[in-house]
This record gives sequence, structure tokens and C-alpha cells, in this order.
Amino acid sequence: MYCNRLYANKPELAASRIDAIGYQVGHQLSERYTMERPRFTDHLDAIKFICKDFWSELFKKQIDNLKTNHRGTFVLQDNRFRWVSRMSLDPSENGDLSQENAEAAENKAVQEPNMHLHFSCGVIKGALHNLGIACAVSADPSQLPACSFVVRIKP
Amino acid sequence: MPPVGPRSGDAIFANVERVNAELFTLTYGAIVRQLLTDLEEVEEVNKQLDQMGYNIGIRLIDEFLAKSNVSRCVDFKETAEVIAKVGFKMFLGVTASVTNWDADGTCCSIVLEDNPLVDFVELPDTCQGLYYCNILSGVVRGALEMVSMKTEISWIRDMLRGDDAFELQVKLLKQIPEEYPYKDDE
Repeated sequence: MYCNRLYANKPELAASRIDAIGYQVGHQLSERYTMERPRFTDHLDAIKFICKDFWSELFKKQIDNLKTNHRGTFVLQDNRFRWVSRMSLDPSENGDLSQENAEAAENKAVQEPNMHLHFSCGVIKGALHNLGIACAVSADPSQLPACSFVVRIKP
Repeated sequence: MPPVGPRSGDAIFANVERVNAELFTLTYGAIVRQLLTDLEEVEEVNKQLDQMGYNIGIRLIDEFLAKSNVSRCVDFKETAEVIAKVGFKMFLGVTASVTNWDADGTCCSIVLEDNPLVDFVELPDTCQGLYYCNILSGVVRGALEMVSMKTEISWIRDMLRGDDAFELQVKLLKQIPEEYPYKDDE
């Protein structure tokens, strides 16, 4: 996350770096946490592992809600996601950033939590990838501190 | 009831929020790795890690003072002891020792026998010049600067380079006198 400073003017670049860092971490962690378990039978099995065991290791709690359309899209919701639970930035209250022009402030407020969430998306993506599941992960921080992650498995 | 007197590193460590150690170690590793890919030059990575540490340190000192209840240190010797015994324990979960004082008490070594940052780490041949834990020196430098001490910090021993411990040399350059009153616009 500290990469932010390096790419202060290039949010897309920073985002991909942060995502890559998360990916690396998720990849290694899932390798460690699956060492002693039998192979997963299907995608749902692997996703459940992420929701329960993997999440518990990282956050001492499980994912609160899991939804799926049974066609490769899963929505994992954490009602109180730790990594953003202390963030004071709320898209609706950016009025006090008077030193910057309003537009920049608005962009920044929307971007900031997203920047942090790139890491978690990377972690989930890396973990699933290590389990043999190629997927894209995005996050929806619109209801902080609750946060949902959308996992789309690539066919 | 607020605690009275300074608290021990162990007591604080037991009470603060902690993060999964593997997550911490692997995340740091992934950051270093990403920096190596992006910056290419090992020297640049060292510099960047130090800068990141500095940025952390200047804020971490607030957290430290708020939670440790440590009061003003009488001299640099006490400062070094507090960093090693309370600071490192509080934030890294390990205790360091202070040795190798010079005659006038402005330069010493902080020795870490155990360092969670380097679990699972091995330096490949291409990264021999890398100070993998350079973030730590930045943290200490940044934190001390916020309490009016300008320091210079260098690595003397590094386990990743085959030494038997991590040794950080901390040299006190000068004490910056506090200035009152602060200007309004600062």
C-alpha cells in the first residue's frame, strides 16, 4: 500500500502494483494453508475454503455472506472488513478538503478506499489462482465498513 | 483507570491488535519484491525502503507514545533502551538488546536476534547489495526525528548476508531544540 507514494500521479499504475503485491501474498498464503488438506472437488469448494478457513486465518472471522449465480460468479461479503473499518473517508463527506479543487477531492475520495482494496482483491485472486482457479476479482466498497468482493471465474 | 507509569513491551504487545504474522511477513516480502521489479537498481530499493520506513516512523511515534505511557527519556542511553525493549516488542513482537556504546554515549548498536521480517527469506545472488530490512532503519530514524533527535542509522550485521544477528548502528547526530511559539501557519 505504501507504493501509493511512488506513483502518486499515476493511480492506474499504483493500482496494478498493489494488486500484484496482494496476488503474491495470496498465492503464498493459500499454498501454506492448504498444505494438509485434500484437493478441492469443485469451484464452490475452493471458494468456501476462502470464505471460512482462509478468511479466519487473516481476519479471525469468516465471510458473512456468500452468493453465487451458479455460473462462475461469486459475491463474498464481509460486514465489517478490517482493512477498511478504520477508514474515515466516506464518498459522501468530502466537503472539508477545501484546499484542493472540488473535482480532485471527489476523485480522491472515491479512489482512496479502492486503492486499499486492490490489495485484498489481489490476495483473493492470488489465493484462488494457486488453487487452480483463474478469476477476476473486484471490490464494492459502497457500503463501508461492509465490503463485498465479486469473484468472476474465467471459463 | 488509566495505567500509571511506563508499561512493559510485553504488556503492550499482549493488548494491542495484532496481525497474522505470515500475512505481515509475506506482505513485506511482496512489497520488496515489487520494488525490485519496478526500480531494478538494488540501491534504489534500499533508498525507497528507508523512505517508506521514515514515513511510517514519523507517525508510528504517536502510536508508541500513546500506548506505552513512556515519559521523557533522560538521555540517549535510555532512549535506545526504550526503543529496543518497548518499541521493538510492541510493533514487531521481538525484543532487541543495546550494546557497543561509544565513549560519549551518542552511538550504539541495537541487536536483533530474531526478526519476523525475514522468515522464509533468502536473498538470491542478484540482490546481494540489498538491505532487506532497511525499512526498520527508516522507522527508527523517522520516529526519533519526531522527538527532536536527528540520527544516522546503518546496518552492521545482517543475517541474510550470513551474519549471526541483525545489528543496527544508531548514531545521534544532534538534538534539535524545540522552538516556541510555533508559527500559526506551520
